[in-house]
Amino acid sequence: MQMPQPDAGILARKSRLVARLSQLLPPDALIQDPAETRAYECDALTAYKCAPMLAVLPASTQEVSDVLRICHEDGVPVVPRGSGTSLAGGALPTADSVILGVARMNDVLETDYDNRIIKVQTGRTNLSVTGAVEEEGFFYAPDPSSQLACAIAGNIAMNSGGAHCLKYGVTTNNLLGVTLVQMDGTVTEIGGAHLDAAGLDLLGLICGSEGQLGVVTEATLRILRKPEGARPVLIGFDDSEVAGACVSDIIKAGVLPVAIEFMDRPCIRATEAFAHAGYPDCEALLIIEVEGSDPEIDHQLGLIKQIARRHDPVELREAADEDEAGRIWLGRKSAFGAMGQINDYMCLDGTIPVSALPMVLRRIGEMSKDFGLDVANVFHAGDGNMHPLILFDANKPGDLETCEAFGAEILKLCVEAGGCLTGEHGVGVEKRDLMLHQYAPEDLEAQLAVKDVFDPAWLLNPAKVFPLALTETRRARPMAAE
Amino acid sequence: MLKPVTEKELGEAVRQADGPLAIRGGGTRLTGQAGMTLSVSGLSGISLYEPGALTMVAQAGAPLAEVEAALAAENQRLAFEPMDYRTLLGTDGTPTIGGVFATNTAGPRRVQAGAARDFLLGVRYVDGMGRAIKNGGRVMKNVTGYDLVKLMAGSWGTLGVLSEVSFKVLPRPETEATLRIAAADAGAAVRLLSAALGAPYEVTGAAYDPAQGAALLRIEGFAASVAYRAGELTKLLGAGELVEADASGALWTAIRDVAPFHGAPGDVWRLSCKPSQAPDLAARLEAEALFLDWGGGLIWARVPEGTDLRARAGDYDGHAILMRAAPDTRARLGMFQPQPEPLAAIEAGLRAKFDPRGIFNPGLMG
Ligand SMILES: Cc1cc2nc3c(=O)[nH]c(=O)nc-3n(C[C@H](O)[C@H](O)[C@H](O)COP(=O)(O)OP(=O)(O)OC[C@H]3O[C@@H](n4cnc5c(N)ncnc54)[C@H](O)[C@@H]3O)c2cc1C
Ligand SMILES: Cc1cc2nc3c(=O)[nH]c(=O)nc-3n(C[C@H](O)[C@H](O)[C@H](O)COP(=O)(O)OP(=O)(O)OC[C@H]3O[C@@H](n4cnc5c(N)ncnc54)[C@H](O)[C@@H]3O)c2cc1C
Repeated sequence: MQMPQPDAGILARKSRLVARLSQLLPPDALIQDPAETRAYECDALTAYKCAPMLAVLPASTQEVSDVLRICHEDGVPVVPRGSGTSLAGGALPTADSVILGVARMNDVLETDYDNRIIKVQTGRTNLSVTGAVEEEGFFYAPDPSSQLACAIAGNIAMNSGGAHCLKYGVTTNNLLGVTLVQMDGTVTEIGGAHLDAAGLDLLGLICGSEGQLGVVTEATLRILRKPEGARPVLIGFDDSEVAGACVSDIIKAGVLPVAIEFMDRPCIRATEAFAHAGYPDCEALLIIEVEGSDPEIDHQLGLIKQIARRHDPVELREAADEDEAGRIWLGRKSAFGAMGQINDYMCLDGTIPVSALPMVLRRIGEMSKDFGLDVANVFHAGDGNMHPLILFDANKPGDLETCEAFGAEILKLCVEAGGCLTGEHGVGVEKRDLMLHQYAPEDLEAQLAVKDVFDPAWLLNPAKVFPLALTETRRARPMAAE
Repeated sequence: MLKPVTEKELGEAVRQADGPLAIRGGGTRLTGQAGMTLSVSGLSGISLYEPGALTMVAQAGAPLAEVEAALAAENQRLAFEPMDYRTLLGTDGTPTIGGVFATNTAGPRRVQAGAARDFLLGVRYVDGMGRAIKNGGRVMKNVTGYDLVKLMAGSWGTLGVLSEVSFKVLPRPETEATLRIAAADAGAAVRLLSAALGAPYEVTGAAYDPAQGAALLRIEGFAASVAYRAGELTKLLGAGELVEADASGALWTAIRDVAPFHGAPGDVWRLSCKPSQAPDLAARLEAEALFLDWGGGLIWARVPEGTDLRARAGDYDGHAILMRAAPDTRARLGMFQPQPEPLAAIEAGLRAKFDPRGIFNPGLMG
């Protein structure tokens, strides 16, 4: 993986930049000591690390605007950061960049139950948005597994999803307004408490733009009333293809579960050893959750079980109480942790049409033999968002490279099957160089043109999302191997 | 009129254009656009439909009716409930699926399911230089690069000409019912609608029709569940009349297609606002007739010809679209509310990139 070579001129002007910024920010909001900037050297994609030149932690939209204006005047690249849980290296700095972290901006600005909205500063964590409204029985629907840590800022930048997005949609479907600060310091309000903002759908464009179009400092989010209840059912099969067919039949039957999660045997075994959730040792396992009042849940689960039985399940277990529901989810929720216990792993995020599931699983199995690395599959089956976990040994020379090559092949397979490189984690640096497998150069040119409008100097998070060769003239800086 | 039948021909037509193009799907929409008409209706047909994956891919000129018929055969539907404005606007023609997404159409179910943009998964379009561009795909979750899909939805043919759309569809529920509860005025109605939408009963329509003197709440799903939730809503909000199945469907088709204004003269406006502001805002409009949808978040107003409703509305969180008016009024007031800076500058910048010659529906959106 390459990153642009740091600009010596920028590094040489560091003290001048520090002097200008320190006139605007309190001393503890400006971090320049190398021992401290190291805290920002990577996000959750820890394979790539590089400490930034500086980190700033502004406390208001005005401070964000001031910082950006000054960096813009000085030609300094800025990398926005929420909580640093990106799995794609979206918040990875370069040595000549300023990390702009919004972690201090975590206030709730407004809660309005009549209009079913909450307005927050974007440094607030995902889970604490729900925390602010749950006493009144409301919740914020998008629920990435990282919700305890990740910030709304990163959720918007990555258009994050969650286990329940089959029913409630992803971030973009729950976002009503933002305050956006462009690289030159311009502050723009987009949307608000009403539906369908006027003009072009800039909100939809900002969401998922990976911190390249502007820094989002405030957000108006849709909140929903919590359902009366929810209950999962666990269904085991001795064949992944049959499990896939069962998912398709459930969807066709008109039942709309809130979640359909899938785990294969390697993943089941690993989580069993780790979490002892009592999962059956079978080829494929589905966890399906429905919501409503008790009788409504009974009815929907009745239909689901009826369909499942036609596919000869080896296990069919409905949660009898909260406790059992918790155990059914326990394994799924600890899947990543469990895999981490036994191995290093790389988590992919390609999405495929649900109908291609059996073919893709079979091909991944074959490739696993070819590359000599094991794969465990755990994913959101309802929407085809796969999370193959490739297991490797970071201490074994060459293993990481083999793993990366294998990962790239799986993602190409997803694209060939009619899907895409990333369903919810974003492109970042990780999938940047695969973009031409999904898009033709002119398709990407249309996207680059959008960045030209918002950030003509290409200073905001410039080395992400697109292959470096395509953005080189825009960034106008030489590259170096890293 | 230009009427290409392939994306390639469409690109050629755009490349060779030497003046403004009026982009047209089925032409059910009175935008009064100047220039050579470029019809997309020649690009027709459904290219892929996977009911088990809840996805469809269609050419932009495919008639909406064809799409809906194919979905109905599998007991599925477009959940965002696109409307048919032909009676309201006195137009004919066949609405196209491309036009539905280009205008980001959404009916009463907008409050719960989202708008067309929330269901659009991928697009192919021809930009102002005649280049064919792809964005998104046909899978439910996709964050690969910028979301130009959303940008194209609701851009009214001002950024590109859609040639193909892929979108998410949903199962049709077993049945529906509407709870009709008397409401003395808009204030009382919005309080009822807010309480209902803030309850865990998944209301999929929340309107107030002063002519019926009632708030309307729609519930959809399995029969037993619909009955249960109607009961719970009655406990919460007070007694009302329960309108079931087809009769309920008819009520919502009328709201969706703005039936209360059919056959009546005057200009028609559509305001998006914060629901709690709707009662005061509605009063300020001094409309000859109006009704509310989206829990109060959408106001339909009929006013005497030539009225500048934006001036009457004053300050609120939202915006107003002029839906029906004589050409001189449309020219004077503009169909869309002008955007403030710096939004206007961003939009102008995007137009200059997507359509550098400024030939797509010039002036329509700004
Ligand atoms: C264990 C684990 C589980 C996860 N599970 C899920 C999951 O289920 N679903 C899912 O979708 N993701 C998941 N993720 C990925 C990650 O949590 C999400 O991408 C999250 O949204 C990142 O948020 P963050 O605040 O940590 O952002 P960061 O990592 O700090 O940044 C992410 C991106 O956002 C940009 N950014 C940050 N702040 C701003 C801002 N204010 N304005 C503009 N751009 C900004 C950054 O430049 C970067 O490109 C998981 C990650 C981990 C580690
Ligand atoms: C006056 C009027 C106002 C309306 N307002 C709204 C509204 O505010 N919200 C709403 O949800 N629905 C609205 N609709 C409904 C919506 O227009 C129709 O559902 C849809 O336009 C039907 O498609 P059509 O093929 O008839 O479009 P047309 O009437 O032919 O075109 C409508 C608009 O879409 C553009 N367009 C059409 N096809 C394409 C394409 N392939 N690529 C790019 N652009 C294209 C046209 O240039 C035009 O700006 C309105 C309809 C009318 C007649």
